[in-house]
Formats: sequence, structure tokens, C-alpha cells
Amino acid sequence: MAEYETHDLDVVVIGAGGAGLRAAIEASAQGARTGLVCKSLLGKAHTVMAEGGIAASLGNVYPDDNWKVHFRDTMRGGKFLNNWRMAQIHAQESPERVLELEEWGALFDRTPDGRILQRDFGGHRFARLAHVGDRTGLEMIRTLQHHSVHQGIEVFMECTITRLLITDGHVAGALGYWRESGRFVIFRCKAAILATGGVGKAYKVTTNSWEGTGDGHALALWAGADLIDMEFLQFHPTGMVWPPSVRGLLVTESVRGDGGALRNSEGRRFMFDYIPELYRAETADTEEEADRWYTDRTSARRTPDLLPRDEVARAINTEVKAGRGSPHGGVFLDIASRRDPDYIKRRLPSMYHQFKELADVDITAEPMEIGPTCHYFMGGVRVEADTAASTVPGLYAAGETAGGMHGANRLGGNSLSDLLVFGRRAGLAAAQHALGRPRAAEIDAAQVEAATTHALAPFGREEGENPYAIQQDLQDCMQRLVGIIRREDELKEAQQELAALKERAKRVKVEGHRQYNPGWHLALDLDALLTLSECLTMGALQRTESRGGHTRDDYPKADDELGKVNMVIRRREDELSIEAEPLSQMPDDLKALLEDPH
Amino acid sequence: MPDVTMQVWRGDAGGGALEEYQVHAEEGEVVLDVIHRLQAGQANDLAVRWNCKAGKCGSCSAEINGKPRLMCMTRMNIFEPGEAVTVAPVRTFPIVRDLVTDVSYNFEMAKRVPAFAPKPREPDGTYRMSQEDVERLQEFHKCIECFMCQDVCHVIRDHEDNKANYAGPRMFIRYAELEMHPLDTVDRRPLLRGQAGLSYCNITKCCTEVCPESIHITDNAIIPLKERVVDSYYDPVAWLGRKIRRRGRRKATG
Ligand SMILES: Cc1cc2nc3c(=O)[nH]c(=O)nc-3n(C[C@H](O)[C@H](O)[C@H](O)COP(=O)(O)OP(=O)(O)OC[C@H]3O[C@@H](n4cnc5c(N)ncnc54)[C@H](O)[C@@H]3O)c2cc1C
Ligand code: SF4
Ligand code: SF4
Ligand code: FES
Repeated sequence: MAEYETHDLDVVVIGAGGAGLRAAIEASAQGARTGLVCKSLLGKAHTVMAEGGIAASLGNVYPDDNWKVHFRDTMRGGKFLNNWRMAQIHAQESPERVLELEEWGALFDRTPDGRILQRDFGGHRFARLAHVGDRTGLEMIRTLQHHSVHQGIEVFMECTITRLLITDGHVAGALGYWRESGRFVIFRCKAAILATGGVGKAYKVTTNSWEGTGDGHALALWAGADLIDMEFLQFHPTGMVWPPSVRGLLVTESVRGDGGALRNSEGRRFMFDYIPELYRAETADTEEEADRWYTDRTSARRTPDLLPRDEVARAINTEVKAGRGSPHGGVFLDIASRRDPDYIKRRLPSMYHQFKELADVDITAEPMEIGPTCHYFMGGVRVEADTAASTVPGLYAAGETAGGMHGANRLGGNSLSDLLVFGRRAGLAAAQHALGRPRAAEIDAAQVEAATTHALAPFGREEGENPYAIQQDLQDCMQRLVGIIRREDELKEAQQELAALKERAKRVKVEGHRQYNPGWHLALDLDALLTLSECLTMGALQRTESRGGHTRDDYPKADDELGKVNMVIRRREDELSIEAEPLSQMPDDLKALLEDPH
Repeated sequence: MPDVTMQVWRGDAGGGALEEYQVHAEEGEVVLDVIHRLQAGQANDLAVRWNCKAGKCGSCSAEINGKPRLMCMTRMNIFEPGEAVTVAPVRTFPIVRDLVTDVSYNFEMAKRVPAFAPKPREPDGTYRMSQEDVERLQEFHKCIECFMCQDVCHVIRDHEDNKANYAGPRMFIRYAELEMHPLDTVDRRPLLRGQAGLSYCNITKCCTEVCPESIHITDNAIIPLKERVVDSYYDPVAWLGRKIRRRGRRKATG
């Protein structure tokens, strides 16, 4: 084997968002020699962009809140397809994880008696999101980043992992390249944690950055691990739609949590026309009641503007299709006429700034134009709830890369808490696993050679495809054919287009040399992006029903039988396969919690 | 919009120059959009950092027409039509390639800041802090680490050798937020006086002027820190008192 820069570690954490940072802190605290690898600089992961808050039943605003209600809300939001044990652990442990952030220096907004203030979000029965204005993710990532500095973690920034190295079925290491020099590097390890976030870059209109190419999902799949629920994709209902430069950029749900209302071109608050049966009992049916709910939880029911995201995104889609949209193909989100300017600027400073600077819109004076945008992948690496272990020995996954926790649809705020709860658990379990192994497995030189040869191939081609063009065509295909509303014929068409794109990707060519070359980086990211797009389409075809973040025009209803299974995707001998496998049985005491309290 | 003329610095540690491109631009676009269009077409290997494209991550700092700015928050319509727009890497940090610089200095300085060490929780397991106290410090927590304040600070912009003994405005904010944190118990003043090099700063306020988060770096962080460092020579008790509560003479956040 050629000589490569090699680092010996017990645990390598791939990804430095909230999940990866929390995992690394825990692994290191357990005494494992821990490395943290990320594609960007430290502190720039998606987590930094999160706005609204962290869901945890602290009960600071509504003392009636507790983990049981949070568990119930999460399961209902996920249309009962969640891994119930993950939902339970998440609801039980998130309050302690939030308090721990505070102990590490985070400064959340306060209640009048000095405790952590909590705000309303869709699908949460009580005001539950610990927050810092509308920049909670920044507070979270910075707190973890500062805390991690003193924990003896080795950090490898701007380093992209392209393959997991597997020996005798166990994780032996990870192969990556330094973005700066283009040189390869090997992390030899006893356990690896995937925390690479989501796959939003498969779509044209998305809240995600260039990093969201599904690398962790793909690394797991290629290493033999199972993926579940890949068909469930969350379109956030409120993304910016104008100007084109900012199309897709997130408008936080806090706008509605803090009083904003959705209206169509006729000025109608259309969400009252889209209240689903499951939520009817707890949703207001008049504007008067909905408006009263912001201050009075005892006699008023919650506004339908804050139904779970899948419901709101579909409703907006329907309104626009029916010709009741805004000038640029969205609907209106109005807080200007409902709250005074000072309140808006204090509660939503970065939204105010974002619209003012990028769209010339003053949100304290006029409504915003918004529409659905690809936001979050519920599906991911299948993990054991208690340990975050994947189906490959020595491989763990946490955060958006892991599947199961959110079922068919994630509630807002439940991701940041998920990152902390399962990041910690992944770090703990991976460290224990690593410390129990006398030495790391031998690296298989053939795997390294194959992967490096593949990675360098685009430089050798005289003629070839532009990686940017392939990515654009891929995004266009997914946006058109595997969007919010899906149909069999379109999904099959997508499969054909993806197959053609895969062929084109084999001929991709890059210019220049290996030093900090974004064209080359993108060419390598295409592998994961294409693989994940295939998985998503496969799952969407297989699930012949509508549920949460998966809506089939040709199967508009939920199917009880399909509500009892996960779609599991695996790769064997280069072929992807998909199978329906039953969910694990929920114990009766938890089942009882799902009943409507009214 | 008609095509625009962009002059983008291309090169590496060995040297480089501005290269001129004619690029298409559309209504509402920012400099980063145009850079991306260049990348996708004429210059596939143009090196640039970005993530959020919404002014939230601080990745895309560059010197645009000579001024440090975030590429994703700089609208194309602020420039005179027909005039070339120059985009160069920030100057204070070593060049890696094109618009990408080696910012590791900042991460090294961050490691030197002694960790937050809180007093114990209240008996009910919570920490109590007032919104007012928290809000003062939240101003500092808005920092997105774009490092543009570090870029313009003359102490290191023109004096490479000062870097070893100077934390820079970004890190002064970090020191300030810890020093003023109502729960913190550590005294970082000896460090500020020594290795962090607070005394090199002569309050020119260039850092404050470029901060995209409008943090009052000099008035609200650096000057109070300087006062504390001086005070502490004479009166260790005053330091304790200040840690708990300090108001007045602060610029409102905006
Ligand atoms: C705009 C926006 C707002 C949001 N608001 C909220 C909110 O208010 N509340 C909430 O709960 N959720 C919110 N979410 C969702 C939540 O922020 C994300 O789901 C979550 O931050 C994902 O965290 P993560 O740790 O899993 O991964 P990320 O934060 O996405 O981090 C991924 C990390 O993996 C690294 N990486 C990726 N691929 C590789 C590779 N091949 N090699 C090495 N490193 C790699 C990246 O560099 C990065 O460090 C929001 C999301 C967005 C985009
Ligand atoms: S005020 Fe001080 S820190 Fe800021 S730029 Fe001037 S010298 Fe540097
Ligand atoms: S203080 Fe302002 S200018 Fe300096 S790094 Fe932070 S955000 Fe950037
Ligand atoms: S890309 Fe995040 S600040 Fe510009």
C-alpha cells in the first residue's frame, strides 16, 4: 500500500454539527482517544443555522408538561412510525441535555423568574422550545465547540471522508482527503460515528448548504448497514420564494409560534380548511379562538397555522395549485398586521434582518411570501435505540444521519434535542465498544487503493462531464419527480433519469489540480448524492400510501398495514434491495400515553 | 440585469493576481451567487468557502472592492452599473488558494481561552438568570466567527509577528462574555494582561465597523475588559462585584 498520512484513534466521529460534537465530547470523557472530522471549518455545520429552538419538556412555562406529553406529541407527529424507544429516550433525556448546555455556558432566553423560557412550535402541545431569539443553533454549536476545545479531542477540519474501511465485517477505519491539499488521509479506529447531517442538496429548493449531500448515509450503506424510512422527507412549509437568489432559505416556524398567520391571495386564513382528523379535537376552528390561544391555553385550542409541517406544506401546495398563491408562487405569511414592530424585531431579529437585506421586505410592515422548501430527512441509518449502533459492528450513527426517531414526520425543535440526546449516547456506546477491543483491525490495502483510484479518476479524463451540470440536473429531477406529491409513473421516470445521471457521473471530469478544488470535491460528493436519491425514490415507490412526509397522489390515504412497517434498504454485491420489515412492538404503558387527553 | 465584470483574485501561497470575468447576474443576487455562477461555468476550480448563504455561518468573508464583507450578504445592486467588482481574499491570513485563507490562527487563539466554569446549580436543579443580564451577553454570542474583525485589526493586519501574543477582537469578545457571565467563576485577567495582548489594542474601532452582526466590539467588550484589567491591580473585590452585575455606559444592541 502506498504511504498515507495515518492517525490512530479509538473513536472517529465524522461530522461536527450538534450530534458529532456532542458525541465527541462524550467519547472523549469516557477516556477514548477521539478524533472529530468535518468537511467545513468547525462551527459552520447546519446546526449553526437552526433558528427556532430545542424541544425539551422542562415545564418552565406550562408546568403540566412532562416527558410523557412530549413522547405523545412526537409519536403523533411521526404518524406512529417512529422507533418508540428512541422517542421515549429522547423525551426523557432532552431536559437534562438542555440544562447541561446551560452548564457549559449557553445563554437561553429567560422566564420572569429567571429560568429557561420556552416557545410554541407546531405539533407540540405545550410551549416547549428552549431558545435564544431566532438563532438557537448558533448558541448550541458555539457552546459545544467551546466546551470541546478543552476535552482533548483531536479536530480535523476541512477533511472529507469518502469511504469507511471494513475488515472482517468490523469498522477498521475511515479514508478521507484534506480539502486544502487534496491529499488522502486514513483514520485507523476501533469505532466510527456517523453524524454528517442530511441530504437536502438533492433538491433545488432547499434550506441546506453544500454539505448536505448524504455522505454518512451513503458511507453506511456502502459499508453494509441498513437504511430505513428513506421515503420520508420534510418539506418545511415556510421557505423564502423571492428573489430567486434566496429561494428556499428558511423562514423559521417561530414566526407562526410568535403570532404570524398564513393567508392566500384572497386574504383567507386557509389553514382552517385543512385540519386533519387526528388533530381536530385539539385545533381551533375559528380565527377568534386561534388568536386567543396565544395567551390562553385553558379555554382556547391551538391555531391550525401550527399544525405539523407535513400538513401545512401540503396545504400551501394545494392553495398555490388552485391559483390562490402569491405573485411569486408562494402564499403570504403575515406577522406585520398582528404584532407590533418592536415585538417582531425583538423576537425575530435574524428574520427581520434576512428579509430586509436579501429581499427588501420589511416584515414589520408587510407580509412575507413563503413556500415549501426541502428541509430534513427523517430516514437514515437504522440504529439500536439505546446505543445508536448501526447493523455493522463498530459503526454508530446520530443526528439527522440516523433514522427512526422521527418516524414519518419530525416536529420542529425535535432535531436539536435529538442531536444532544443521541449524540451523547452514540459517543458513550462507541467509546465503550472501542475501549473493550484490544486493538484496531488491520486496514485492507485493496479497499484504500480502490477508493483512491476512483477518487482521482476525474483528473485523468480528457473529455467528460461538468460535475456542476450533473448536480443541477439531479436536483431538477428530484424537485420535479420526487417532490411533495408523488406518483408511480413519475417515480419510475425519476429512476430512469437517475440511472442516466449515474452513467454521466462515471465520466465526470475536473479541471485544475488537487489543491482546494471545489469542482473535484463536488465530483466526489456526487457518489453519495446519487446513491441517496436512488434510495429515496425506491422507498417512495415502495410505500403505496400517504403518511407524514410522504404523499402519494395515487394512494392518498394512510394504509394501516403499511403503518406497521419500515422500508429497509440495503446494498449487497453492488445491488440495492428494499424490504418491508415490522416495527418493534410498543409496550402497553407507552401505548396508553398516545390517547387523546381531551 | 446586464452582465457584470468581476475581478476575482486567483492564485495560491506562491502568488496570484486579479482575473477578470464577464458573468451573468440576475435581479436580487448577491456576490456569492455570481461567484457560484463562475464556478459552475468558467472557473470550475475557483476556491471559495461558504455554507449557509444567509449571513449565519461566517464562512464567506472576502474583501470586496477593498472592504471586508460577507459575500452572501452583499447585494450586487449596491455597485455602480458597468463598474468592475473586485473580490479578493481577506488579507490578514495566509492564502491557501483563490478566496480561501488559512484561518487556523483564530482557532489556536480560541484554545487559549480558559474554559467556562460555572458555580453550582440552585437546589432545584436550575440556574437562575435575569433576561436583562442574559441579553447583555447575548450580544457577544451573536458572533458568527467571520473573522473580519480580526482581518481589519491593524495590530495583526500589518504585523505578522504580533499574532503570537495577541488574541484579537473576536477573542476579546469571547473573554468578555466569559468575564461577564453571571455564573462563571474563573479570573482571566492575568491572561488578558499578558498573553492575550489586550494592551496592544488602541481602540481604533475598525473591528466594530466591519462586524456584520453589529456587535459593539470596542465599546461593549474591549473597553470594559481594559477597565477590569486596570482595576484589578488595585482592587480584587471590585472585580467580584462586577462579575455579578454591571450596567450603564453601554451602547444599545441594534
Ligand atoms: C435553516 C435550518 C433551520 C433549522 N432550525 C431548526 C430548529 O429550530 N430546531 C431544530 O430542532 N432543528 C432545526 N433544523 C434542523 C437541524 O438544524 C438539523 O437537522 C441538525 O442541525 C443536523 O445536525 P447534525 O449534527 O445531524 O448534522 P449537521 O449540523 O448537518 O452537521 C453535519 C456535519 O457533518 C460534516 N460532514 C458531512 N459529510 C462529511 C464527510 N463526508 N466527511 C466529514 N465530515 C462530513 C459536516 O462538515 C458537518 O460538520 C434546522 C435546519 C436548517 C437547515
Ligand atoms: S479597536 Fe482594538 S481590536 Fe479593534 S481593530 Fe482597533 S486595535 Fe484592533
Ligand atoms: S465579532 Fe463580528 S466581525 Fe468579529 S468574528 Fe464575530 S461576527 Fe465577525
Ligand atoms: S455563507 Fe454563511 S455567512 Fe455567508
